[in-house]
Amino acid sequence: MIAIIDYGVGNLFSLKSSFAFIGKEAVVTGDPKIIDECDRIILPGVGAFGDAAEKLKNTGLDKVVKEQAEKGKPILGICLGMQLLFEKSYEYGEHEGLGLIKGSVKPIADVIPKDYKIPHIGWNGLIFPKNKEKSDIYKYTDEGDCVYFVHSFYAADCEGNTTACAEYGAMLTASAENKNVYGTQFHPEKSGKVGLNILKAFCEI
Amino acid sequence: MITKRIIPCLDVKNGRVVKGVNFEGLNDVSSPVELAGFYSECGADELVFYDITASAEGRSLFTDILKRAAAEIFIPLTVGGGINTVDDFDRVLKCGADKVSVNSGAIKNPSLIHEAAKKYGDQCVVLSVDVKRVDGRFTVFARGGRDNTGMDAIEWIKKCVADGAGEIVVNSIDTDGVKQGFDLEMLEAVCDAVSIPVIASGGVGCIDDFTKLFKALPKVDAGLAASIFHFGEVSIKDLKNTLRSEGINVRL
Repeated sequence: MIAIIDYGVGNLFSLKSSFAFIGKEAVVTGDPKIIDECDRIILPGVGAFGDAAEKLKNTGLDKVVKEQAEKGKPILGICLGMQLLFEKSYEYGEHEGLGLIKGSVKPIADVIPKDYKIPHIGWNGLIFPKNKEKSDIYKYTDEGDCVYFVHSFYAADCEGNTTACAEYGAMLTASAENKNVYGTQFHPEKSGKVGLNILKAFCEI
Repeated sequence: MITKRIIPCLDVKNGRVVKGVNFEGLNDVSSPVELAGFYSECGADELVFYDITASAEGRSLFTDILKRAAAEIFIPLTVGGGINTVDDFDRVLKCGADKVSVNSGAIKNPSLIHEAAKKYGDQCVVLSVDVKRVDGRFTVFARGGRDNTGMDAIEWIKKCVADGAGEIVVNSIDTDGVKQGFDLEMLEAVCDAVSIPVIASGGVGCIDDFTKLFKALPKVDAGLAASIFHFGEVSIKDLKNTLRSEGINVRL
């Protein structure tokens, strides 16, 4: 069973449906007991980092996620959920993240050329880092496969943990991981077959 | 590199697709769920469900099919038609829509875009605008192109972007249905005015029209069409293969 963490951020309908589609049972929950009973965790999220981090803290789920991560349970953060895994974010101020992956979240405007549109929205190809083994979440994925992005901030200073990038006038972190903690900046649940295969691979870790 | 998006639009009335022809492998051409699945398989990058139902009954049929589509199709879904309030956003987002497109609703209620963007984020709010030249000026039309609002289209679009619209669909009434190609002049004027993604709509008649669009206006992010896909005049696979061979980056 997969726990999709419900802390009042975003629309979890597609995420739950995508697991049902690949034959995996998922439950949308904010209950620490149920989360503990599940063998995998999804940390979703859309919106602003500050709001989401606060909601996670207010519900006490920040501690729950950290404890579960320390236990070695596979965790996948998606989009803002991925950004929350990092140490901090500079989205409208400075906010503390969960610190499960080294690095910080910064505006893409800092690194992309002026004539590029923000947000980075649409389908972009995955580029894998050289001289690094392919991440387990990409077991069924090839370099160049397109996934769907919607974001204005990106994970920076995390080269050692980066498992894929996307080129958008600069190399933006598409995914990162630290041991059992995984994050994708893109939305696997909106990335067609490629995305479903990434979720499938996560379920097999 | 980011790819250019190809977006089929499905007009839905009382839970059924309004126009369409029989594709091979498609049992029920007027089932929105089946047609959406077919397009997704063919490589559509996104889908728009446009609800043209007027009754409350038809509306609940619409949300029902939306739920079924969202449970089976894992590409971004945009919903438009009859979006007048933040509650309307809520209604379709709960059923699996990723983005909501507003048109007349934003004209009637000038704070709608701001309120919706604040609640759901800019990325969720798509401004759809029907534009026609009146005395040489790009002018906004409401109610499916029936009412001349007298508003300058570029000013209106700029205001909506400032309020929080995350993308714009520009539908040229002048070229819509003519099948002589997209309205490049109008689209260029919009691209010059804003820095959010622009989706071209209205006027496409053949594959070449998409090639011309993306070559002439690299700032346009996506092309939206309905009838040429539904009537089988253009297959999304052929379209994308042609674009790729012309050096335009698309997802295959």
